[in-house]
Amino acid sequence: MTSDDAKRIILDVLSEIAPEVDPATVDHSVDLTEQLDLDSMDYLSWMLGIHEATGIDIPQRDVSLFLTIEGAAAFLTAHAA
Amino acid sequence: MIEFRLPSLGADMDEGMLVAWLVSPGDTVRRGQVVAEVESDKGIIEVECWEDGVVEDLLVTPGPTRLPVGFPLARLRTLDEGTAEEDTPSGPAAAARPEALVAAAPVWPGDEQTIVRHRGPSGPPRVTPPVRHLAHQLGVDLDHVLATGDDGVVRRADIIAARSQAEAGRPRATPMARRVARERGIDLDSILPVRNDGIITSAELTAPAAGVRAAPPPKSRPVGHEVPPVVVKSPPAPQEAPATDKMAAMRAAIARSMARSKREIPHYYLATHVDLGRAMQWLEDENGGRPITRRLLPAVLLLKATALALREVPELNGHWSDDAHHPSADIHLGVAVSLRGGGLVAPAIHHADRLDLDELMEALRDLVGRARTWRIRSSEMSDPTITVTNLGDRGVETTFPVIIPPQVAIVGFGKIADQAVVVDGMIGVHPVVHASLAADHRVTDGHRGGLFLDALVQLLQEPQNL
Repeated sequence: MTSDDAKRIILDVLSEIAPEVDPATVDHSVDLTEQLDLDSMDYLSWMLGIHEATGIDIPQRDVSLFLTIEGAAAFLTAHAA
Repeated sequence: MIEFRLPSLGADMDEGMLVAWLVSPGDTVRRGQVVAEVESDKGIIEVECWEDGVVEDLLVTPGPTRLPVGFPLARLRTLDEGTAEEDTPSGPAAAARPEALVAAAPVWPGDEQTIVRHRGPSGPPRVTPPVRHLAHQLGVDLDHVLATGDDGVVRRADIIAARSQAEAGRPRATPMARRVARERGIDLDSILPVRNDGIITSAELTAPAAGVRAAPPPKSRPVGHEVPPVVVKSPPAPQEAPATDKMAAMRAAIARSMARSKREIPHYYLATHVDLGRAMQWLEDENGGRPITRRLLPAVLLLKATALALREVPELNGHWSDDAHHPSADIHLGVAVSLRGGGLVAPAIHHADRLDLDELMEALRDLVGRARTWRIRSSEMSDPTITVTNLGDRGVETTFPVIIPPQVAIVGFGKIADQAVVVDGMIGVHPVVHASLAADHRVTDGHRGGLFLDALVQLLQEPQNL
Protein backbone atom coordinates (compact mmCIF):
# COMPACT_ATOMS: atom_id res chain seq x y z
CA MET A 1 0.00 0.00 0.00
CA THR A 2 1.39 3.38 -0.95
CA SER A 3 0.96 6.43 1.21
CA ASP A 4 -1.46 7.82 -1.37
CA ASP A 5 -3.57 4.65 -1.24
CA ALA A 6 -3.65 4.87 2.53
CA LYS A 7 -4.63 8.53 2.50
CA ARG A 8 -7.38 7.87 0.00
CA ILE A 9 -8.91 5.18 2.26
CA ILE A 10 -8.47 7.36 5.33
CA LEU A 11 -10.22 10.32 3.71
CA ASP A 12 -12.95 8.17 2.16
CA VAL A 13 -13.85 6.81 5.58
CA LEU A 14 -13.64 10.29 7.06
CA SER A 15 -16.23 11.54 4.57
CA GLU A 16 -18.56 8.79 5.72
CA ILE A 17 -18.20 9.83 9.35
CA ALA A 18 -18.28 13.57 8.69
CA PRO A 19 -20.05 14.12 5.34
CA GLU A 20 -19.83 17.90 5.70
CA VAL A 21 -16.03 17.86 5.57
CA ASP A 22 -14.30 18.61 2.28
CA PRO A 23 -11.29 16.25 2.30
CA ALA A 24 -9.35 18.72 0.17
CA THR A 25 -9.34 21.19 3.05
CA VAL A 26 -8.07 18.80 5.72
CA ASP A 27 -4.52 19.54 6.87
CA HIS A 28 -2.73 16.19 6.95
CA SER A 29 -0.30 17.16 9.65
CA VAL A 30 -2.66 18.80 12.14
CA ASP A 31 -4.62 17.01 14.90
CA LEU A 32 -7.97 16.03 13.38
CA THR A 33 -9.95 16.70 16.53
CA GLU A 34 -8.67 20.27 16.43
CA GLN A 35 -9.64 20.76 12.79
CA LEU A 36 -12.92 18.92 12.65
CA ASP A 37 -16.02 18.51 14.79
CA LEU A 38 -15.29 14.91 15.78
CA ASP A 39 -16.29 13.42 19.11
CA SER A 40 -14.84 10.25 20.59
CA MET A 41 -17.54 8.09 19.00
CA ASP A 42 -16.84 9.62 15.57
CA TYR A 43 -13.16 9.05 16.10
CA LEU A 44 -13.64 5.42 17.02
CA SER A 45 -16.02 4.94 14.08
CA TRP A 46 -13.40 6.39 11.78
CA MET A 47 -10.73 3.97 12.98
CA LEU A 48 -13.22 1.09 12.77
CA GLY A 49 -14.02 2.08 9.19
CA ILE A 50 -10.33 2.10 8.31
CA HIS A 51 -9.97 -1.31 9.92
CA GLU A 52 -12.91 -2.64 7.90
CA ALA A 53 -11.53 -1.19 4.67
CA THR A 54 -8.01 -2.53 5.16
CA GLY A 55 -8.32 -5.49 7.53
CA ILE A 56 -5.55 -3.97 9.64
CA ASP A 57 -6.11 -3.93 13.39
CA ILE A 58 -5.21 -0.73 15.21
CA PRO A 59 -3.80 -1.61 18.64
CA GLN A 60 -4.59 0.74 21.49
CA ARG A 61 -0.92 1.73 21.80
CA ASP A 62 -0.95 3.03 18.21
CA VAL A 63 -4.17 5.01 18.45
CA SER A 64 -2.22 8.21 19.06
CA LEU A 65 -0.77 7.92 15.54
CA PHE A 66 -4.29 8.41 14.24
CA LEU A 67 -4.46 11.97 15.50
CA THR A 68 -3.31 13.11 12.06
CA ILE A 69 -3.85 11.89 8.51
CA GLU A 70 -0.09 11.57 8.03
CA GLY A 71 0.33 9.51 11.20
CA ALA A 72 -2.50 7.22 10.20
CA ALA A 73 -1.15 6.82 6.66
CA ALA A 74 2.30 5.97 8.01
CA PHE A 75 0.79 3.33 10.29
CA LEU A 76 -1.20 1.75 7.47
CA THR A 77 1.68 1.62 4.99
CA ALA A 78 3.91 0.07 7.67
CA HIS A 79 1.33 -2.60 8.57
CA ALA A 80 -0.19 -3.42 5.18
CA ALA A 81 0.39 -7.00 4.11
CA MET B 1 -58.36 -8.59 18.55
CA ILE B 2 -55.67 -6.09 19.44
CA GLU B 3 -55.66 -2.56 18.16
CA PHE B 4 -52.18 -1.32 17.31
CA ARG B 5 -52.03 2.42 17.81
CA LEU B 6 -49.47 5.10 17.02
CA PRO B 7 -47.29 5.05 20.15
CA SER B 8 -46.00 8.07 21.99
CA LEU B 9 -42.98 9.50 20.21
CA GLY B 10 -41.68 11.34 23.25
CA ALA B 11 -42.70 14.41 25.19
CA ASP B 12 -44.15 17.22 23.08
CA MET B 13 -44.31 14.92 20.08
CA ASP B 14 -47.99 14.33 19.53
CA GLU B 15 -48.27 13.41 15.88
CA GLY B 16 -46.49 11.67 13.07
CA MET B 17 -46.93 10.69 9.43
CA LEU B 18 -47.01 7.05 8.43
CA VAL B 19 -44.19 6.57 5.94
CA ALA B 20 -44.26 2.84 5.32
CA TRP B 21 -45.60 -0.44 6.58
CA LEU B 22 -42.98 -3.14 7.05
CA VAL B 23 -45.62 -5.86 7.49
CA SER B 24 -48.63 -6.99 5.50
CA PRO B 25 -51.96 -8.53 6.48
CA GLY B 26 -51.42 -12.17 7.40
CA ASP B 27 -47.89 -11.58 8.69
CA THR B 28 -47.04 -12.85 12.14
CA VAL B 29 -45.44 -10.15 14.27
CA ARG B 30 -43.48 -10.56 17.46
CA ARG B 31 -43.26 -8.32 20.46
CA GLY B 32 -40.60 -5.68 19.83
CA GLN B 33 -40.65 -6.10 16.05
CA VAL B 34 -40.39 -2.92 13.98
CA VAL B 35 -43.60 -2.89 11.95
CA ALA B 36 -43.87 0.62 10.55
CA GLU B 37 -41.95 3.81 9.93
CA VAL B 38 -43.31 7.13 11.02
CA GLU B 39 -41.86 10.53 10.22
CA SER B 40 -41.84 12.96 13.11
CA ASP B 41 -40.13 16.20 14.02
CA LYS B 42 -37.17 14.12 15.10
CA GLY B 43 -36.72 12.20 11.92
CA ILE B 44 -37.98 8.82 10.82
CA ILE B 45 -38.92 6.73 13.81
CA GLU B 46 -39.16 2.98 13.57
CA VAL B 47 -42.36 1.97 15.33
CA GLU B 48 -42.34 -1.27 17.23
CA CYS B 49 -45.30 -3.46 18.04
CA TRP B 50 -45.52 -4.65 21.63
CA GLU B 51 -47.78 -7.65 21.13
CA ASP B 52 -47.40 -11.01 19.47
CA GLY B 53 -50.05 -11.57 16.83
CA VAL B 54 -51.07 -11.82 13.24
CA VAL B 55 -51.75 -8.68 11.23
CA GLU B 56 -55.45 -8.64 10.44
CA ASP B 57 -55.87 -5.24 8.81
CA LEU B 58 -53.75 -2.21 8.15
CA LEU B 59 -56.08 0.66 8.96
CA VAL B 60 -54.01 3.50 7.56
CA THR B 61 -52.13 3.83 4.31
CA PRO B 62 -48.82 5.65 4.17
CA GLY B 63 -49.32 9.27 3.28
CA PRO B 64 -48.79 12.86 4.30
CA THR B 65 -51.60 12.99 6.85
CA ARG B 66 -50.40 13.89 10.31
CA LEU B 67 -51.79 11.27 12.67
CA PRO B 68 -52.19 11.93 16.39
CA VAL B 69 -50.51 9.70 18.96
CA GLY B 70 -52.96 6.95 19.85
CA PHE B 71 -54.44 6.78 16.36
CA PRO B 72 -55.25 3.16 15.44
CA LEU B 73 -52.87 1.96 12.76
CA ALA B 74 -53.64 -1.73 12.48
CA ARG B 75 -55.58 -4.58 13.98
CA LEU B 76 -53.85 -7.71 15.15
CA ARG B 77 -55.27 -11.10 15.92
CA THR B 78 -53.67 -12.70 18.95
CA LEU B 79 -51.97 -15.97 18.18
CA ASP B 80 -54.61 -18.01 19.99
CA GLU B 81 -57.55 -16.19 18.43
CA GLY B 82 -57.69 -18.29 15.29
CA THR B 83 -59.19 -16.77 12.19
CA ALA B 84 -60.70 -13.38 11.68
CA GLU B 85 -63.70 -12.57 13.75
CA GLU B 86 -66.83 -10.82 12.68
CA ASP B 87 -66.85 -7.59 14.51
CA THR B 88 -67.91 -4.96 12.05
CA PRO B 89 -69.40 -2.21 14.12
CA SER B 90 -72.71 -0.90 13.00
CA GLY B 91 -75.92 0.39 14.44
CA PRO B 92 -77.15 3.86 15.19
CA ALA B 93 -74.29 4.90 17.45
CA ALA B 94 -71.63 4.13 14.88
CA ALA B 95 -73.58 5.61 12.02
CA ALA B 96 -74.16 8.79 13.92
CA ARG B 97 -70.45 9.25 14.45
CA PRO B 98 -68.75 8.24 11.24
CA GLU B 99 -65.38 9.42 12.58
CA ALA B 100 -65.52 6.71 15.21
CA LEU B 101 -65.55 4.10 12.50
CA VAL B 102 -62.02 4.95 11.53
CA ALA B 103 -60.80 3.62 14.80
CA ALA B 104 -62.92 0.53 14.88
CA ALA B 105 -63.48 -0.79 11.39
CA PRO B 106 -61.24 -2.00 8.63
CA VAL B 107 -60.97 0.79 6.12
CA TRP B 108 -58.54 -0.42 3.54
CA PRO B 109 -60.49 -0.66 0.31
CA GLY B 110 -58.25 -3.37 -1.00
CA ASP B 111 -56.63 -3.39 -4.37
CA GLU B 112 -59.34 -1.56 -6.21
CA GLN B 113 -58.00 -0.61 -9.58
CA THR B 114 -60.97 1.48 -10.52
CA ILE B 115 -62.10 4.37 -8.47
CA VAL B 116 -65.75 3.74 -7.94
CA ARG B 117 -68.18 6.45 -7.22
CA HIS B 118 -70.26 5.16 -4.42
CA ARG B 119 -73.06 7.10 -2.87
CA GLY B 120 -75.61 6.66 -0.20
CA PRO B 121 -79.30 6.76 -0.93
CA SER B 122 -79.54 10.52 -0.81
CA GLY B 123 -77.13 11.34 -3.63
CA PRO B 124 -74.17 13.59 -2.74
CA PRO B 125 -71.22 12.15 -0.83
CA ARG B 126 -71.89 11.98 2.88
CA VAL B 127 -68.94 13.54 4.61
CA THR B 128 -68.29 14.92 8.06
CA PRO B 129 -66.59 18.32 8.21
CA PRO B 130 -63.21 16.94 9.45
CA VAL B 131 -63.10 14.45 6.60
CA ARG B 132 -64.09 17.16 4.11
CA HIS B 133 -61.27 19.27 5.46
CA LEU B 134 -58.80 16.41 5.04
CA ALA B 135 -59.94 15.88 1.44
CA HIS B 136 -59.39 19.55 0.77
CA GLN B 137 -55.92 19.43 2.36
CA LEU B 138 -54.89 16.45 0.27
CA GLY B 139 -56.48 17.75 -2.91
CA VAL B 140 -58.83 14.79 -3.18
CA ASP B 141 -62.07 15.28 -5.11
CA LEU B 142 -64.87 13.92 -2.93
CA ASP B 143 -66.89 12.96 -5.97
CA HIS B 144 -64.24 10.39 -6.84
CA VAL B 145 -63.83 8.71 -3.50
CA LEU B 146 -64.93 5.20 -2.77
CA ALA B 147 -67.00 5.47 0.39
CA THR B 148 -66.68 2.39 2.54
CA GLY B 149 -68.66 3.55 5.56
CA ASP B 150 -72.15 2.43 6.40
CA ASP B 151 -74.79 4.10 4.24
CA GLY B 152 -72.19 5.54 1.92
CA VAL B 153 -70.42 7.64 4.52
CA VAL B 154 -66.97 8.73 3.34
CA ARG B 155 -64.38 7.98 5.97
CA ARG B 156 -61.03 9.51 6.63
CA ALA B 157 -59.25 6.41 5.38
CA ASP B 158 -61.20 6.55 2.12
CA ILE B 159 -59.66 9.94 1.47
CA ILE B 160 -56.20 8.66 2.25
CA ALA B 161 -56.75 5.63 0.03
CA ALA B 162 -57.91 7.83 -2.83
CA ARG B 163 -54.86 9.97 -2.41
CA SER B 164 -52.62 6.91 -2.44
CA GLN B 165 -54.25 5.69 -5.62
CA ALA B 166 -53.77 9.06 -7.24
CA GLU B 167 -50.13 8.75 -6.37
CA ALA B 168 -49.77 5.24 -7.75
CA GLY B 169 -47.41 5.27 -10.67
CA ARG B 170 -45.40 8.12 -9.21
CA PRO B 171 -42.13 7.26 -7.50
CA ARG B 172 -42.79 6.11 -3.96
CA ALA B 173 -41.14 8.52 -1.55
CA THR B 174 -41.56 9.77 1.97
CA PRO B 175 -43.31 13.11 2.37
CA MET B 176 -40.05 14.64 3.52
CA ALA B 177 -38.20 13.29 0.52
CA ARG B 178 -40.83 14.88 -1.74
CA ARG B 179 -40.35 18.22 -0.04
CA VAL B 180 -36.57 18.03 -0.31
CA ALA B 181 -36.82 17.04 -3.94
CA ARG B 182 -39.21 19.90 -4.67
CA GLU B 183 -36.98 22.43 -2.91
CA ARG B 184 -33.92 21.38 -4.80
CA GLY B 185 -35.52 20.72 -8.13
CA ILE B 186 -34.51 17.05 -8.02
CA ASP B 187 -36.63 14.75 -10.16
CA LEU B 188 -37.59 11.79 -7.96
CA ASP B 189 -37.75 9.68 -11.10
CA SER B 190 -33.99 10.05 -11.28
CA ILE B 191 -33.38 8.60 -7.82
CA LEU B 192 -33.08 4.90 -7.26
CA PRO B 193 -34.15 4.04 -3.72
CA VAL B 194 -31.66 2.15 -1.60
CA ARG B 195 -34.29 0.57 0.60
CA ASN B 196 -35.68 -2.86 -0.19
CA ASP B 197 -39.26 -1.64 -0.24
CA GLY B 198 -38.46 0.86 -2.96
CA ILE B 199 -39.46 3.94 -1.01
CA ILE B 200 -37.19 6.92 -1.51
CA THR B 201 -36.31 8.68 1.73
CA SER B 202 -34.88 12.12 2.28
CA ALA B 203 -31.62 10.47 3.33
CA GLU B 204 -30.94 9.57 -0.27
CA LEU B 205 -31.35 13.19 -1.24
CA THR B 206 -29.38 14.78 1.57
CA ALA B 207 -26.74 12.60 3.16
CA PRO B 208 -25.17 9.22 2.58
CA ALA B 209 -27.24 6.43 4.10
CA ALA B 210 -25.84 4.60 7.09
CA GLY B 211 -23.57 1.79 6.15
CA VAL B 212 -23.33 2.84 2.54
CA ARG B 213 -19.90 3.91 1.47
CA ALA B 214 -19.88 7.61 0.85
CA ALA B 215 -18.10 9.02 -2.12
CA PRO B 216 -15.97 12.11 -1.67
CA PRO B 217 -17.26 15.23 -3.39
CA PRO B 218 -17.03 15.09 -7.17
CA LYS B 219 -13.99 17.31 -7.49
CA SER B 220 -11.75 14.73 -5.79
CA ARG B 221 -13.47 11.60 -7.04
CA PRO B 222 -11.76 9.77 -9.88
CA VAL B 223 -14.34 8.78 -12.47
CA GLY B 224 -15.64 5.28 -11.95
CA HIS B 225 -13.57 4.81 -8.87
CA GLU B 226 -16.20 4.13 -6.28
CA VAL B 227 -19.92 3.48 -6.10
CA PRO B 228 -21.58 6.69 -4.95
CA PRO B 229 -24.18 6.40 -2.18
CA VAL B 230 -26.97 7.83 -4.28
CA VAL B 231 -27.48 5.90 -7.48
CA VAL B 232 -28.84 8.45 -9.89
CA LYS B 233 -29.71 8.37 -13.53
CA SER B 234 -28.84 12.04 -13.80
CA PRO B 235 -26.64 14.22 -11.59
CA PRO B 236 -28.42 15.40 -8.45
CA ALA B 237 -28.16 18.81 -6.92
CA PRO B 238 -24.94 19.31 -4.97
CA GLN B 239 -24.95 17.79 -1.52
CA GLU B 240 -26.02 20.28 1.12
CA ALA B 241 -26.86 20.40 4.78
CA PRO B 242 -30.02 18.51 5.76
CA ALA B 243 -33.25 20.07 4.54
CA THR B 244 -34.02 23.27 6.33
CA ASP B 245 -37.55 22.22 7.15
CA LYS B 246 -36.26 19.05 8.80
CA MET B 247 -33.93 21.08 10.96
CA ALA B 248 -36.62 23.66 11.62
CA ALA B 249 -39.00 20.94 12.79
CA MET B 250 -36.41 19.54 15.15
CA ARG B 251 -35.56 23.02 16.41
CA ALA B 252 -39.25 23.58 17.12
CA ALA B 253 -39.49 20.27 18.99
CA ILE B 254 -36.47 21.18 21.12
CA ALA B 255 -37.92 24.64 21.72
CA ARG B 256 -41.22 23.21 22.96
CA SER B 257 -39.56 20.71 25.22
CA MET B 258 -36.96 23.04 26.71
CA ALA B 259 -39.36 25.96 27.13
CA ARG B 260 -41.74 23.66 28.98
CA SER B 261 -38.87 22.45 31.15
CA LYS B 262 -37.75 25.93 32.11
CA ARG B 263 -41.35 27.04 32.62
CA GLU B 264 -42.50 24.12 34.73
CA ILE B 265 -39.57 22.39 36.37
CA PRO B 266 -37.89 23.99 39.40
CA HIS B 267 -34.37 22.80 38.70
CA TYR B 268 -31.63 22.53 41.26
CA TYR B 269 -28.03 21.92 40.23
CA LEU B 270 -25.17 20.04 41.88
CA ALA B 271 -21.71 19.21 40.62
CA THR B 272 -18.62 17.41 41.77
CA HIS B 273 -15.18 16.34 40.57
CA VAL B 274 -14.70 12.66 39.91
CA ASP B 275 -11.17 11.27 40.05
CA LEU B 276 -10.97 8.90 37.09
CA GLY B 277 -7.38 7.78 37.76
CA ARG B 278 -8.33 4.18 38.37
CA ALA B 279 -11.09 4.09 35.80
CA MET B 280 -8.93 5.40 32.96
CA GLN B 281 -6.03 3.13 33.90
CA TRP B 282 -8.37 0.14 33.98
CA LEU B 283 -9.80 1.16 30.61
CA GLU B 284 -6.34 1.59 29.10
CA ASP B 285 -5.34 -1.91 30.28
CA GLU B 286 -8.62 -3.40 29.13
CA ASN B 287 -8.47 -1.78 25.68
CA GLY B 288 -4.81 -2.74 25.33
CA GLY B 289 -5.82 -6.38 24.99
CA ARG B 290 -8.79 -5.76 22.72
CA PRO B 291 -8.94 -5.42 18.94
CA ILE B 292 -10.25 -2.13 17.59
CA THR B 293 -13.67 -3.71 17.04
CA ARG B 294 -14.18 -4.33 20.76
CA ARG B 295 -12.73 -1.15 22.18
CA LEU B 296 -14.57 0.66 24.96
CA LEU B 297 -14.99 4.41 25.26
CA PRO B 298 -14.78 6.20 28.62
CA ALA B 299 -18.40 7.28 28.08
CA VAL B 300 -19.48 3.68 28.62
CA LEU B 301 -18.02 3.67 32.15
CA LEU B 302 -19.80 6.95 32.89
CA LEU B 303 -23.12 5.63 31.57
CA LYS B 304 -22.90 2.38 33.49
CA ALA B 305 -21.93 4.12 36.73
CA THR B 306 -24.85 6.52 36.28
CA ALA B 307 -27.27 3.63 35.77
CA LEU B 308 -26.00 1.81 38.87
CA ALA B 309 -26.01 4.96 41.02
CA LEU B 310 -29.68 5.42 40.13
CA ARG B 311 -30.43 2.14 41.89
CA GLU B 312 -29.27 3.82 45.08
CA VAL B 313 -31.30 7.01 44.57
CA PRO B 314 -34.18 5.68 42.49
CA GLU B 315 -36.39 8.74 42.83
CA LEU B 316 -34.23 10.54 40.24
CA ASN B 317 -35.32 7.93 37.73
CA GLY B 318 -38.86 8.34 36.41
CA HIS B 319 -41.40 10.84 35.20
CA TRP B 320 -43.49 13.71 36.49
CA SER B 321 -47.03 13.74 35.18
CA ASP B 322 -50.48 14.69 36.46
CA ASP B 323 -48.89 16.62 39.33
CA ALA B 324 -47.25 13.52 40.69
CA HIS B 325 -43.97 11.69 40.50
CA HIS B 326 -43.95 8.26 38.94
CA PRO B 327 -40.66 6.57 39.71
CA SER B 328 -39.62 3.92 37.21
CA ALA B 329 -38.46 0.47 38.22
CA ASP B 330 -36.61 0.20 34.91
CA ILE B 331 -33.59 2.33 34.14
CA HIS B 332 -33.76 3.52 30.53
CA LEU B 333 -30.87 5.94 30.06
CA GLY B 334 -31.57 8.66 27.53
CA VAL B 335 -28.33 9.57 25.78
CA ALA B 336 -28.11 13.07 24.35
CA VAL B 337 -26.73 12.76 20.83
CA SER B 338 -25.87 15.92 18.95
CA LEU B 339 -26.44 15.79 15.23
CA ARG B 340 -24.14 17.09 12.57
CA GLY B 341 -25.45 20.41 11.37
CA GLY B 342 -27.21 21.08 14.68
CA GLY B 343 -30.01 19.57 16.66
CA LEU B 344 -30.17 16.99 19.36
CA VAL B 345 -32.01 13.81 20.20
CA ALA B 346 -31.88 11.82 23.41
CA PRO B 347 -33.12 8.30 22.74
CA ALA B 348 -32.95 5.61 25.41
CA ILE B 349 -30.67 2.69 26.03
CA HIS B 350 -33.07 0.30 27.73
CA HIS B 351 -32.15 -1.35 31.03
CA ALA B 352 -28.71 0.21 30.95
CA ASP B 353 -28.05 -0.97 34.51
CA ARG B 354 -28.37 -4.60 33.42
CA LEU B 355 -26.01 -4.41 30.43
CA ASP B 356 -22.37 -5.30 30.80
CA LEU B 357 -19.83 -2.86 29.41
CA ASP B 358 -19.55 -4.62 26.06
CA GLU B 359 -23.30 -4.67 25.60
CA LEU B 360 -23.55 -1.06 26.65
CA MET B 361 -20.81 -0.05 24.20
CA GLU B 362 -22.58 -1.86 21.38
CA ALA B 363 -25.90 -0.26 22.34
CA LEU B 364 -24.29 3.17 22.43
CA ARG B 365 -22.60 2.76 19.07
CA ASP B 366 -25.81 1.50 17.50
CA LEU B 367 -27.88 4.28 19.02
CA VAL B 368 -25.53 7.11 18.06
CA GLY B 369 -25.25 5.74 14.53
CA ARG B 370 -28.99 5.54 14.06
CA ALA B 371 -29.66 8.88 15.74
CA ARG B 372 -27.24 10.58 13.38
CA THR B 373 -28.95 9.05 10.36
CA TRP B 374 -32.35 10.04 11.77
CA ARG B 375 -33.50 6.50 12.42
CA ILE B 376 -34.57 5.84 15.96
CA ARG B 377 -37.26 3.59 17.36
CA SER B 378 -40.47 4.70 18.96
CA SER B 379 -39.70 3.03 22.29
CA GLU B 380 -36.32 4.73 22.43
CA MET B 381 -37.95 8.12 21.96
CA SER B 382 -40.86 7.61 24.30
CA ASP B 383 -39.46 6.11 27.43
CA PRO B 384 -36.11 7.41 28.68
CA THR B 385 -36.38 7.62 32.47
CA ILE B 386 -33.41 10.00 32.84
CA THR B 387 -30.93 11.52 30.40
CA VAL B 388 -27.15 11.73 30.34
CA THR B 389 -25.38 14.44 28.38
CA ASN B 390 -21.70 14.15 27.72
CA LEU B 391 -20.31 17.34 26.22
CA GLY B 392 -16.78 16.53 27.24
CA ASP B 393 -15.54 15.84 23.76
CA ARG B 394 -16.26 19.43 22.86
CA GLY B 395 -13.90 20.70 25.50
CA VAL B 396 -16.44 21.79 28.09
CA GLU B 397 -15.44 21.31 31.70
CA THR B 398 -18.82 21.52 33.44
CA THR B 399 -22.34 21.20 32.11
CA PHE B 400 -25.52 22.75 33.53
CA PRO B 401 -28.04 20.59 31.74
CA VAL B 402 -31.78 21.19 31.33
CA ILE B 403 -34.16 18.39 32.29
CA ILE B 404 -36.13 16.88 29.41
CA PRO B 405 -39.78 16.70 30.51
CA PRO B 406 -41.42 14.60 31.77
CA GLN B 407 -38.17 13.25 33.23
CA VAL B 408 -37.10 14.50 36.64
CA ALA B 409 -33.31 14.60 36.34
CA ILE B 410 -30.43 14.85 33.92
CA VAL B 411 -26.77 14.03 34.47
CA GLY B 412 -23.98 15.87 32.68
CA PHE B 413 -20.33 15.03 32.18
CA GLY B 414 -17.66 17.44 31.02
CA LYS B 415 -14.25 16.85 29.50
CA ILE B 416 -11.97 14.24 31.04
CA ALA B 417 -8.75 16.14 31.69
CA ASP B 418 -5.64 15.78 33.81
CA GLN B 419 -5.82 17.80 37.01
CA ALA B 420 -3.90 18.05 40.24
CA VAL B 421 -5.66 16.04 42.92
CA VAL B 422 -4.80 15.29 46.51
CA VAL B 423 -4.80 11.62 47.42
CA ASP B 424 -3.69 10.53 50.90
CA GLY B 425 -2.06 13.89 51.51
CA MET B 426 -0.06 13.73 48.29
CA ILE B 427 -0.61 15.82 45.20
CA GLY B 428 -0.85 13.78 42.05
CA VAL B 429 -1.97 14.33 38.48
CA HIS B 430 -5.06 12.31 37.61
CA PRO B 431 -7.67 12.36 34.89
CA VAL B 432 -10.72 14.09 36.33
CA VAL B 433 -14.26 14.63 35.08
CA HIS B 434 -16.86 17.09 36.34
CA ALA B 435 -20.17 15.33 36.92
CA SER B 436 -23.25 17.48 37.33
CA LEU B 437 -26.85 16.79 38.17
CA ALA B 438 -29.88 18.91 37.39
CA ALA B 439 -32.93 17.57 39.18
CA ASP B 440 -36.58 18.46 39.71
CA HIS B 441 -37.11 20.05 43.12
CA ARG B 442 -40.72 18.88 43.15
CA VAL B 443 -39.38 15.34 43.42
CA THR B 444 -36.05 15.44 45.24
CA ASP B 445 -33.95 17.77 47.33
CA GLY B 446 -30.27 18.56 47.14
CA HIS B 447 -29.47 16.03 49.82
CA ARG B 448 -30.71 13.10 47.74
CA GLY B 449 -29.08 14.56 44.65
CA GLY B 450 -25.82 14.74 46.56
CA LEU B 451 -26.11 11.10 47.56
CA PHE B 452 -26.55 10.20 43.91
CA LEU B 453 -23.36 12.04 42.89
CA ASP B 454 -21.52 10.44 45.80
CA ALA B 455 -22.63 6.99 44.68
CA LEU B 456 -21.47 7.85 41.17
CA VAL B 457 -18.03 8.88 42.46
CA GLN B 458 -17.69 5.66 44.45
CA LEU B 459 -18.75 3.43 41.57
CA LEU B 460 -16.18 5.01 39.28
CA GLN B 461 -13.44 4.15 41.80
CA GLU B 462 -14.04 0.45 41.13
CA PRO B 463 -14.24 0.22 37.35
CA GLN B 464 -13.71 -3.53 37.37
CA ASN B 465 -17.10 -3.91 39.09
CA LEU B 466 -19.03 -1.87 36.56
